[in-house]
Amino acid sequence: MSDPLSAFHLAVSFSAFTDIDFWTSVGILAGTYAIFATGLQMNVGFTGIFNFGQVGFMAIGAYSMAILTAEHGVNFWLSLPISILIAIGFGLIIGLPSLRLRADYFAIATIAAAEAIRLVALNARDLTNGPQGIFGFDNSWNSVSDSIEEFIVDLGWTDVPSLFPLFLVTWVVAIVLIVGFSRIQRTPWGRVLRAIREDEDAARALGKNAFSYKLQSLAFAATTGALAGFVLALNLKFVVPDEFQPLVTFIGYVVLLLGGLANYWGVVVGSVILWTVLEGMRFVELPLSETKIAALRFMILGVVLIGLMAFRPQGAFGKREEMVLGD
Amino acid sequence: MEAGTLGAGQERSLGERLANLVNSVNDAPFGVKAAAGVLLLDLVLLLADRFPDSALEWVALVAIVAISIFALTALERRPALLAVVVLLNILAMLLMLHDLQSVSQRGINGLSLGAIYALGAVGLTLVYGILKLVNFAHGEFLTFGAYMAYLVNVTWGVPLIFGILFAIATTALLGVALEKLMWAPMRGRGAGMLQLVLMTIGLSFLLRYGIQFVWGTELRQLDVNVTDTVNFLDLRIGRTQLIVVVVGFVTLVATGLMLRMTLLGKRMRALSDDLELAEASGIDTSRVILWTWIFAAGLAGLAGVFAGAVTQLQPELGFELLLPIFAAVILGGIGNPFGALAAGVLLGIVIEWSTFFVTPGLKLAVGFVILIIVLIIRPEGILGRARTV
Repeated sequence: MSDPLSAFHLAVSFSAFTDIDFWTSVGILAGTYAIFATGLQMNVGFTGIFNFGQVGFMAIGAYSMAILTAEHGVNFWLSLPISILIAIGFGLIIGLPSLRLRADYFAIATIAAAEAIRLVALNARDLTNGPQGIFGFDNSWNSVSDSIEEFIVDLGWTDVPSLFPLFLVTWVVAIVLIVGFSRIQRTPWGRVLRAIREDEDAARALGKNAFSYKLQSLAFAATTGALAGFVLALNLKFVVPDEFQPLVTFIGYVVLLLGGLANYWGVVVGSVILWTVLEGMRFVELPLSETKIAALRFMILGVVLIGLMAFRPQGAFGKREEMVLGD
Repeated sequence: MEAGTLGAGQERSLGERLANLVNSVNDAPFGVKAAAGVLLLDLVLLLADRFPDSALEWVALVAIVAISIFALTALERRPALLAVVVLLNILAMLLMLHDLQSVSQRGINGLSLGAIYALGAVGLTLVYGILKLVNFAHGEFLTFGAYMAYLVNVTWGVPLIFGILFAIATTALLGVALEKLMWAPMRGRGAGMLQLVLMTIGLSFLLRYGIQFVWGTELRQLDVNVTDTVNFLDLRIGRTQLIVVVVGFVTLVATGLMLRMTLLGKRMRALSDDLELAEASGIDTSRVILWTWIFAAGLAGLAGVFAGAVTQLQPELGFELLLPIFAAVILGGIGNPFGALAAGVLLGIVIEWSTFFVTPGLKLAVGFVILIIVLIIRPEGILGRARTV
């Protein structure tokens, strides 16, 4: 080995590509972000409001579910709709004052609101158990997960990854949401959203209450945020404040822009590409420490975001005539 | 006829009545609003803390409220002075409820935090005002500055003062390089607001994790004495903190004078006011824009070294300061550098004083709540002028 570059030779271990447990986790992650970004797509791609506080709704959804189930003994399945309603409530509280503001103020106000939620989760120990987080809310889910697993084993696949049921449910939720949102977008209600995106004054001149429509759009985003929060919580088996950094919203925007704006199926494409590449990088053996590789992944994310915005403001697979950031 | 109009009036919807209520509050004389505001603020402070427990304290409370209302009414339409009165009102309330020692101790913490906010905010607001660029990578300028000082001060073992100068110079250089590489070409293409915001977010990832790539996530310390204290009027002030406050305020005043007095400062403000008009009146805008970046990034670098000196260095140092800095920018009125300077200091003090009422972990949340309240009631900021917001 006289090659001076041999230390930097890239080695890819192909056996890892067939690691089904690993790719199931990646699939759940991709599904979570697809759900998360579906609401963002309605806000950014179809209504033209720049919600930078999506992770706040995720936090509210996950914490409400965990607190109701683990601390107050509420039935897990009942806690889900209640938590969605709480997230929508927060969406209205945040949206009522801030949706009247200019787009840049709205972006900063929503990111500040989401950070305020995270800081409260970190510090209100009586309610959220602080940085230790909340455990033990997933008993009902685990029994359902087990019966799905048994069903699959009965079908003849014996070594089912333990997270495979969650993977299935996540993607069923994601697909149902995307089909549903695509349909909603074709209703008269959905067309008003697009009208507001194109020209708010014109929509108002036609007698549409633009503010109310924007608020409803934000409520839909809060719903998908909460759903993504449930999946995240079930995946991790605990809820901690650190999972709800502003970074999550930013990754949601990368997903949105990779897939393309104003197309709900785009978030699936974006999320699958992003997480396959980011997680697949783990198998590229670089002569670097763990921290450096983690840093490198986010540096790539940054470069992707800069490149997309500089050269394809409609997103990688977006239609230029439908929606371009920058007008 | 009369019965008819009366009937119509009675059938008004709840929404209309609410709107009327809001309008009548808006139309109330300023004195009434000021009095209501002060009473509400002081009630909140009492509820969060404790109620007076002696006759003397009750007298003091009545005096504080009365003087505040009088001062507010006398200073109608001077938002900057109104903000100072509100701050003095809070100070008086805290002095009544707590001892001088703890109030001024936290006040000094607030001043050093406020100096850091103000130094970060003045550059951010100029870039925001002149280029309409909401720069989410501004926090990373602070982090970059702090690590540059670390490189000189700890890795090379040179005194910190040279580290500070090196940090200011290299961060300014970074600002200029980014203007040339990214922002000038994007402006040429007529990029929109959100497009640029997302680019700054991408840039913030690149810089933050680039710093993490080189220096890792471990906490690092500049070569400063953080335990040495100076005694001043019975107060024990950390030496490093005192230096930050003094140097910070000297820089802030110099910045203010430079913006007020020099031709460059006037041109910067002219661009922030109306770029096209400034260009039409013969100002070489691209030169002023370059200087604005030098100025904004250099001050951010200095703020980063200060933040690193009073706490510790880690790659998220600047990002954690970014939102309060944005709050200062909005409080001060976007594009108004004097507003940003004042609001940064005010915000620092109020955030530190809020630890009398909430756990220290929540003090930033208090800052965000103030930001959101200001956005609702006065989106043009305390010191801003009413524009289209």
